[in-house]
Amino acid sequence: MKIQRCKGMRDMSPDTMAVFHGLKGICRDCFTKWGYREVRTPTIEYLHLFTSAGTLTPTMLGKVYSFLDWDGWSGERVVLRPDGTIPVARLYTESMPGQGLARLFYVANMFTFETGDKTRERWQCGAELIGVGSAKADAELIALSMEIVNKLGLKNVELRLSHAGILKALLTKLKITPEEQHKVFDSILDGDTKVLAKVTKLVPELGEILMPLFSLEVQSPGFLREKRESICRVFPEIGSALGDFCQIVSILDELNIKYKVDIASGSGFEYYTGIIFQLFTGAEKIGGGGRYDALIPSMGGGDIPASGCAIYLDKLLTLVKDETVLQPSAARVLVKGSDPKKMFDTAAALRQAGFIAELDLDGKSADWTLEVKGSGALTLTDKAGKKTDYQSIEQVVKLLEAKSAS
Amino acid sequence: MPLKIALPKGRLLRKTAALLQKADWRLDEYNSSISFYRPKSEKFPGLLIRVFHEKDIPIQIAMGNYDLGICGLDWVEELLVKYPSSDIVKVKDLQYGRSSLYIAAPGKSIDLKQNGSPLRIASEYPNLAEAYALKNRLSRFSVFPVWGAAEAYPPESAELALMGVEDTAEITGCGLYPVTPVLESSTFIIANRNSHSKPDFDKVVSSIVDAALSVSRSVSEGKEVAAGQEILTTKYTKDMVRLALPDGHQQQQTVELLNKAGISIDGYPSANGNRRPNIAIDGVVVKVIRPQDMPLQVANGNFDLAITGKDWLADHLAQFPSSPVKEVLDLKLRKVRLVAVVHNDLPVNDNDGLQRYNASTPEPFRVASEYVNIADKFARENHLGHYRVIPTWGATEAFLPDDADLLIENTETGRTIARHNLKIIDTLFESTACLIGSTEAADDVKRRRMDYIIGKLQAAAGDA
Repeated sequence: MKIQRCKGMRDMSPDTMAVFHGLKGICRDCFTKWGYREVRTPTIEYLHLFTSAGTLTPTMLGKVYSFLDWDGWSGERVVLRPDGTIPVARLYTESMPGQGLARLFYVANMFTFETGDKTRERWQCGAELIGVGSAKADAELIALSMEIVNKLGLKNVELRLSHAGILKALLTKLKITPEEQHKVFDSILDGDTKVLAKVTKLVPELGEILMPLFSLEVQSPGFLREKRESICRVFPEIGSALGDFCQIVSILDELNIKYKVDIASGSGFEYYTGIIFQLFTGAEKIGGGGRYDALIPSMGGGDIPASGCAIYLDKLLTLVKDETVLQPSAARVLVKGSDPKKMFDTAAALRQAGFIAELDLDGKSADWTLEVKGSGALTLTDKAGKKTDYQSIEQVVKLLEAKSAS
Repeated sequence: MPLKIALPKGRLLRKTAALLQKADWRLDEYNSSISFYRPKSEKFPGLLIRVFHEKDIPIQIAMGNYDLGICGLDWVEELLVKYPSSDIVKVKDLQYGRSSLYIAAPGKSIDLKQNGSPLRIASEYPNLAEAYALKNRLSRFSVFPVWGAAEAYPPESAELALMGVEDTAEITGCGLYPVTPVLESSTFIIANRNSHSKPDFDKVVSSIVDAALSVSRSVSEGKEVAAGQEILTTKYTKDMVRLALPDGHQQQQTVELLNKAGISIDGYPSANGNRRPNIAIDGVVVKVIRPQDMPLQVANGNFDLAITGKDWLADHLAQFPSSPVKEVLDLKLRKVRLVAVVHNDLPVNDNDGLQRYNASTPEPFRVASEYVNIADKFARENHLGHYRVIPTWGATEAFLPDDADLLIENTETGRTIARHNLKIIDTLFESTACLIGSTEAADDVKRRRMDYIIGKLQAAAGDA
């Protein structure tokens, strides 16, 4: 009987892994150069880390892999990490208290119990900028995310902007109970782009003024700033959130980063309090992020603002061109011979010189094959089958170096 | 493959039997005194009928073992809330056996947002309880799955109970308040998503549905509710001993043992369902719960001593090897064997044979048991390859050979097993009633009180 992998899980073959490492390498390189330092959190966390009010929507919580640990007789559950940001915020609160500004990043897998054949394990690379709440910080994460997708060679990436503060202010304007507001907010975060349009229709006079916030058309820089005053006049409660939004947007304008404003598309996490941004190529969401100033306070970590972003690695696996992300690898040499000691020594010398040296085990040939004779003499065979004899490994190395340089 | 239907035993049996009689099924055996679980219908001679505990039916339908089933909506939702993509279709509400699931609490309102220690919910419906907690954004909670008597847990051992009742008076009768309704349930006919194209499917379904429609909605039989009893909870102090005594089968023998030990308890067993009888020992409080639930309760420090079976202790320790629960005293009562059972037709006589048979079959091996953790451990230790443990709530014999390949069961004499054409291939261990306690240190006064009870019971058990 052939045993198959679990439903919703994926294997990565050597070829896929090479692309994955390339992708990860580019993300890691960008994060590092912007001053972010890598952290790693455990795969298993307590469920209550994620249930604390305002961390994940109930829909997302309904999809976590939760179970009783071996000492779970208290009934307290543990989960397979469903999200990257919350554990990093926990790590900061638990292990880095009082450290002020921290730039952290991670590469990790997330688990959600999707129905059907959808992927249940996703890989992402994310950054958290903890300890500062400013438009500049938000712009940093957006610019950094854009830099990564550009380096990955992705064309036509669309940046969509929304704002949790504006969303919440809008919801208070609708004639619905706080509980219903919460529900609508959750549906928006869960990706329902229609629900806000539906409820704003109930208040037509508001809809007209707010039109610019719901357009998917590219705005000219400064457009929103011009509109800001008129919106604030009829809707003063939205003022501070809109002000924050405009500040971020104007930095993006200066950096010449293109974006679309669509408040209704605020898909994301319940812990978002400020800007929400999403990156799309076509219909595929490949990354995103936002500000979550209330998350660390809710964990008892003090009044510490933060924002973050994440790039969805497994979605990008099929979207990036292999040649963009694959790192050039060293030449591969197959070492043959009848004397094991001589084979092993020769292979070790090749590795020392930076080549990949494989020991011949099955008699097949490769691009480069190096045969070690009993006498110690070496015969190098190239792709075309041309043989050349050498007396020392140094000579072989010299030739291979010259070939790989050309 | 014939069309298969799973019918409920227990609570819904009488009305389901009446419905099927009305539908002219002419069943040879489906009544409250059944000991066999394989009725036949004269109307649908080709239909394969099995009788299960109601809780087991949705799982059987979802797995595709059965095409149709009749059971309460509550158990269907308990499955669907956790596994929404299960292959279950709710065909029709049959409009009887109504009940409501309520969150019940000791006070009129509850502080759901309480911070700090986890909010504990006791329930026979752990998945619905978890869904309730998530939906209401409880920041920290524990769900205690219990086999029954959820109403006995608040206020001492849980803050809330999620319980099914026919009338909210049942909740107030237990001294609790119905805080929030969670689900309105009644009896449903359910089907596997892929079964509708089977021959006779439509005929069988419409015969049941038509009969249900023609039954004029009978006046709900006002069940008599015990007058609202107040919970007499003694204020707990750390020098007090909390003792859990079993309900159900084990009750009679426990009463005899306590009598012999000279421990007098007023109201155990209770005529009116009171779960807090009075014990004539100073500084000791007693509560009556299911023996299956006791190890978990002792592990959590809700009880100091409990009379349960070694089987349930073993099941708990198989799930939680580092649990602080231990056996304090063997009470040498109710001797049963835990055995591995297969159908007589299976060419297997021992564990080696089981392993060989398992290795030669491509299908996953199905182990059904009330003792899921013991069954899991048995399967691991016997190197069964691809296996599944099917949790059951009794009537496990009905699962062989169609719906399971192996049972882990308890037996006193082995007669029931033989009568169902089954055979024992291994004895896992012998189980008797025992007193359990925690390895955690106790207050000095409490320790002395516990030792007093242990001493009395030891003397009585020694005479046995």
